[in-house]
Amino acid sequence: MQGFAAEIAGPIWLTLKLAAVTTVLLLVIGTPLAWWLARSQAWWKEAVATVVALPLVLPPTVLGFYMLVLLGPNGPGGWLAGLWGARTLAFTFEGLVIGSVFYSMPFVVQPIRNAFAAFGTRPLEVAATLRASPLDTFWTVALPLARPGLFTGAVLGFAHTVGEFGVVLMIGGNLPGTTKVLSVAIFDYVETGRWTEAHIVAGGMLVFAFAVILVMTVVEKRLARTGA
Amino acid sequence: MTGASGIAARFQGDVGGFHLDVDFEAPASGVTALFGASGSGKTTVLRCIAGLQRLDGRFSLGGEVWQDETTFRPTHTRPIGYVFQEASLFPHLSVRDNLMFGRRRAAIAPGRPEIRFDEVVSLLGIAPLLDRATTALSGGERQRVAIGRALLSQPALLLMDEPLSALDRPTKDEILPFLEGLHGALSLPVLYVSHDMAEVERLADRVVLLERGRVLGAGPLAAVQADPALPLVRRRDAAATLDAVAGEHDALYGLLTLHVDGGRLVVPAPAAAAGEHRRIRIEAGDVSLAREAPKASSITNILPARILERLEGDKGQVIVVLGLGEDGTGARLLARLTLWSWDHLELAVGQAVLAQVKGVALVPGRAEA
Repeated sequence: MQGFAAEIAGPIWLTLKLAAVTTVLLLVIGTPLAWWLARSQAWWKEAVATVVALPLVLPPTVLGFYMLVLLGPNGPGGWLAGLWGARTLAFTFEGLVIGSVFYSMPFVVQPIRNAFAAFGTRPLEVAATLRASPLDTFWTVALPLARPGLFTGAVLGFAHTVGEFGVVLMIGGNLPGTTKVLSVAIFDYVETGRWTEAHIVAGGMLVFAFAVILVMTVVEKRLARTGA
Repeated sequence: MTGASGIAARFQGDVGGFHLDVDFEAPASGVTALFGASGSGKTTVLRCIAGLQRLDGRFSLGGEVWQDETTFRPTHTRPIGYVFQEASLFPHLSVRDNLMFGRRRAAIAPGRPEIRFDEVVSLLGIAPLLDRATTALSGGERQRVAIGRALLSQPALLLMDEPLSALDRPTKDEILPFLEGLHGALSLPVLYVSHDMAEVERLADRVVLLERGRVLGAGPLAAVQADPALPLVRRRDAAATLDAVAGEHDALYGLLTLHVDGGRLVVPAPAAAAGEHRRIRIEAGDVSLAREAPKASSITNILPARILERLEGDKGQVIVVLGLGEDGTGARLLARLTLWSWDHLELAVGQAVLAQVKGVALVPGRAEA
């Protein structure tokens, strides 16, 4: 079992790192996007919303396939990698992050968009009549009022990235320390007949998922009760 | 009328299925009511003035243009205070932080005294609420905090959109005295949207009458109320409001003498400082006319007046506009009579009559400037 602990520590660390980086990026990108989706009058905004939602229904392998093409040596990812002398973004940690951002985006954007839409225009109008500029209003009124949605989005984005498998396999493969995350490790154990280890990791992830959703629901209720 | 020194507003455009076309001016002092039925465009006008809604037009306050063909100042750069129908307090901030939200961001206009935190807090009676969460307040308390928040943003113009309409009767009565106190304590022009005539009679100095997106008339409250060309004279509760000056008090009978332009009235009321201005309200249905003084009558207030106008009322009634005094140049009074009385007394426009006033209401709390 000593060997197993050392063996699984890498994938655990990698999984947490991937999920954390992805979540932070998604909050940074997803919050303004959700704001725009909630407030814009543009006729084509639902088309954008649909693109964001695609990973909900697409097989991860389809998303993974296109990501592979985009990130590979002949795609924009290859050009980007060329900037620091690499040949491709596929099969790298950076590639995994990019894939995860797209894959988990709906889970972050949707709750934040709902939170922005929920409080309507009135608080924003009130802020404007109290001399707050639009940017000021966004920071001091919109974001605090959307706190429950931001929290839900962050938790779902993190948890969903932890549970990612198909996209990782397509664009990351199974490189220990670089792209071998927990879900891939389970797959590996099953492939090689190591059922005990598969059980431990799978069980651990089951407990993690249960705990995340339970804690999220409870905290969300509390946030809603304090009126923010 | 007021030119560069006052409020000048003109807006036109289509909003949600009706056409708005308004043009009015008001002095930059006192309370101007925008009065009309729901759907008359009152709120839209207020939102346009705040810059929350954009229609074609022009707005200026004291010569400073907020909107014209080339200018549109965004809401947050306009020195307004806006009180919405619902208090709309920020739920993520305490009462104190709500109050300070605008204060922190506001510049104090040169030449205007600062509206101070302590002053507002005591004026609105919200000191005990300061450290509470907004969710722990009653409806009336919330609206008072919202009014305080708007005042502390150091407005040059206070816009109030039916601030009492979402409240029940007792809560309204709780807030009205604060609004009246506000008027006396701060020299701040107020545009007050309302569809409640009683509220207007208590609070307003001037009225802009709106109907289906158009201005029917505008002017001092008493003039608009008694203008035969405007619809207020035909209301069931049509009334005249008069500025009265308190005189001597008869302690034995508890009667206060009030001097109005062109006459004098006696009303049951506690003593008031001589010379104090009070607003009184006399309903058209409480005024009857006589050709000569009755020999004995329980009516204490019988004033000489002259008939200025006669209008057909509904169901065999006539509405008479009177000018107080022998020559009819005093304050305006309304009387509602039956057509039968009019004909049998052989009344005519221009004739001198005696107005018998059955009821005089002192408008509560409203000391005239």
